[in-house]
Amino acid sequence: MSPVYYLYLAALLFTIGAAGVLIRRNAIILFMCVELMLNACNLAFVAFSRLHGNLDGQIIAFFTMVVAAAEVVVGLAIIVTVFRSRHSASVDDASLMKL
Amino acid sequence: MENLIGLLVAVPLFGAALLLCGGRRLDGKGPYIGTVLAAASFGIGAVLFADMLGRGEHDRALHSTVFSWIPVGGFRADVAFQLDQLSMTFVLLITGVGTLIHIYSIGYMAHDERRRRFFGYLNLFLAAMLLLVLADNYLLLYVGWEGVGLASYLLIGFWQHKPSAATAAKKAFIVNRVGDVGLSIAIMLMFTTFGSFAFAPVLAEADRAGEGKLTAIGLMLLLAACGKSAQVPLQSWLGDAMEGPTPVSALIHAATMVTAGVYLITRSGAIFNAAPDAQTAVVTVGAVTLLFGAIVGCAKDDIKKALAGSTMSQIGYMILAAGLGPIGYVFAIMHLVTHGFFKAGLFLGAGSVMHSMNDEVDMRKYGGLRRYMPITFVTFGLGYLAIIGFPGLSGFWSKDKIIEAAFAKGGTEGWILGGAALLGAAITAYYMTRVMLLTFFGEKRWVPDENGNEPHPHESPGSMTFPMIVLAFGSVLAGGLFSLNDAFVKWLEPVTGHSHGHSPLSAAAVTGGTVVVLVIGVALAWAQYGRQPVPRTAPRGSLLTRAARRDLLQDDFNHVVLVQPGQYLTRGLVYVDHKLVDGVVNGTAASVGGLSGRLRKLQNGYARTYAVSMFGGTAVLIAATLLMRAV
Repeated sequence: MSPVYYLYLAALLFTIGAAGVLIRRNAIILFMCVELMLNACNLAFVAFSRLHGNLDGQIIAFFTMVVAAAEVVVGLAIIVTVFRSRHSASVDDASLMKL
Repeated sequence: MENLIGLLVAVPLFGAALLLCGGRRLDGKGPYIGTVLAAASFGIGAVLFADMLGRGEHDRALHSTVFSWIPVGGFRADVAFQLDQLSMTFVLLITGVGTLIHIYSIGYMAHDERRRRFFGYLNLFLAAMLLLVLADNYLLLYVGWEGVGLASYLLIGFWQHKPSAATAAKKAFIVNRVGDVGLSIAIMLMFTTFGSFAFAPVLAEADRAGEGKLTAIGLMLLLAACGKSAQVPLQSWLGDAMEGPTPVSALIHAATMVTAGVYLITRSGAIFNAAPDAQTAVVTVGAVTLLFGAIVGCAKDDIKKALAGSTMSQIGYMILAAGLGPIGYVFAIMHLVTHGFFKAGLFLGAGSVMHSMNDEVDMRKYGGLRRYMPITFVTFGLGYLAIIGFPGLSGFWSKDKIIEAAFAKGGTEGWILGGAALLGAAITAYYMTRVMLLTFFGEKRWVPDENGNEPHPHESPGSMTFPMIVLAFGSVLAGGLFSLNDAFVKWLEPVTGHSHGHSPLSAAAVTGGTVVVLVIGVALAWAQYGRQPVPRTAPRGSLLTRAARRDLLQDDFNHVVLVQPGQYLTRGLVYVDHKLVDGVVNGTAASVGGLSGRLRKLQNGYARTYAVSMFGGTAVLIAATLLMRAV
């Protein structure tokens, strides 16, 4: 099975994630879509790694996972706090930062 | 003795400080304090005069340096006084007439709430005027010059609740400022030319400087004299200055301050002697003003304004005499002193009349007052005879000499100047007779006003009649005493110099001519105002009369030539400022504001908008990278 299919899959997943980020309003869903995009990238890295026969891509995938994990911790904490104070997880409601 | 000179200035200055800062506690005593200090100043002047008479003719001048005012490197300005015969004459006139007018004001201002302040201003005026005539250099003279201007401003506008008085004060101040600029330029020119502005070096070296420079200095000094002495073309303020209380008109705008220009020209005689062009300008100004003022005086129905026109005209005589050079200086000052007596007396008489007529100033509403106010009538009458030059009285001696000196100028110029002076004498006789007839003769013409208050003319209190009587004595005797043995000429000659000139007419012919024109003037006035009843409202009059009522259109002239172009200029500048300067500034601000307003809309706070822009940006970057690689 050609690794190119994995790239197609990665592109598909990334697109789904990006569309989700742009369309959905619930912060949790938004967050999951961001994760989806990150993991699509990971998949692409691993596929390229296999394609070119070196391990750089696989190592970068681990870095991405670590960064994503850290991001989830901070992001979820913010989302929970926002939800507690506003009783809503909609990102459109949290638009007070604008001038 | 030298120390007394400083005291002469310090005493009234102290009075001004005391009365102006003393507060309401002094309200009751203020007038008396002011009067006593003025009299003290006169006393000091008299002591100095006696001392001066005791010394020889050529070492009469006293000098006293009080302190060094501005010592900077080679530049030196001292507060120093110089008392010579010329200054002495002025000191006695200023403090003498000043004291009399202080006494008069006690009665005249008795009902004014702010009289303490009034006397404070009067003392301030005395101090400034004494500083002006005692200074030994032009810079200190300038301080006094500005000081009298300030005092004049404060006193013209003393009844500041009247808009007309406030406006008149401003007008006097602004017109005077034009003249003051001339004086300051003259002082600067002196400094660049002679390296000093003390009288002694400047006047001693005057003939060594170039004639062009001296002419420039002379013309600037003349401009200064025109402003302060209300000469054409800066004469417009004097008529309006009559808005001030009458004692002020008598002291400042008749007897003393307005003669400062004559003092300045006489004092700077050495400069003018060496600059014939400047002298020609001086005599021209004098001759024009003496006719101008006299014509204005003929048409005015306001007694004070008629007298103001007369003052302008008489000072025109003095300026004319001062412009004649050594043949005229002495007579300019002599006429100045005699004029100080009779004109102050006339103004005080006018004040006395107004005082008893409920402050009515229109002479057409007087008439027959001689029966009600005998002392005022007699003193005013003597002043009247003196000013028209009735033989034997003060004005006769001094004015006759000026007319003689004008003819003695020689050539066509002499005939023109002498003719103008003679014509002026005729007009003087006419308008003063008119004032006299309208006020004191004929039938009573006053009626009750709309509230039913009819004036009850009565003689003024003693504090007012006493100064009038003293001044009347001066009006009668001063000229004769001065001319006895040529006493006044001998007195002033060491300071101003004197020469006789060659008159084409004999002295007797000039005197005869003066008397003839005097009789003609009086007869004309009698024919018009004495023989037939005077209408209560002024007839429309000829074109000249109507112009003269409007001060020969001087205000209209100033308005059209100076005020309006100035207004157009400022309006233009305001327009440019609004449209151009403000336009650029506001335009920049508005465009930045508008742009940022648009940019702000991008920051709508929605996470997805930012995400789209990030995606868009990334997409563009990737596309660009790929494109570059493909190329």
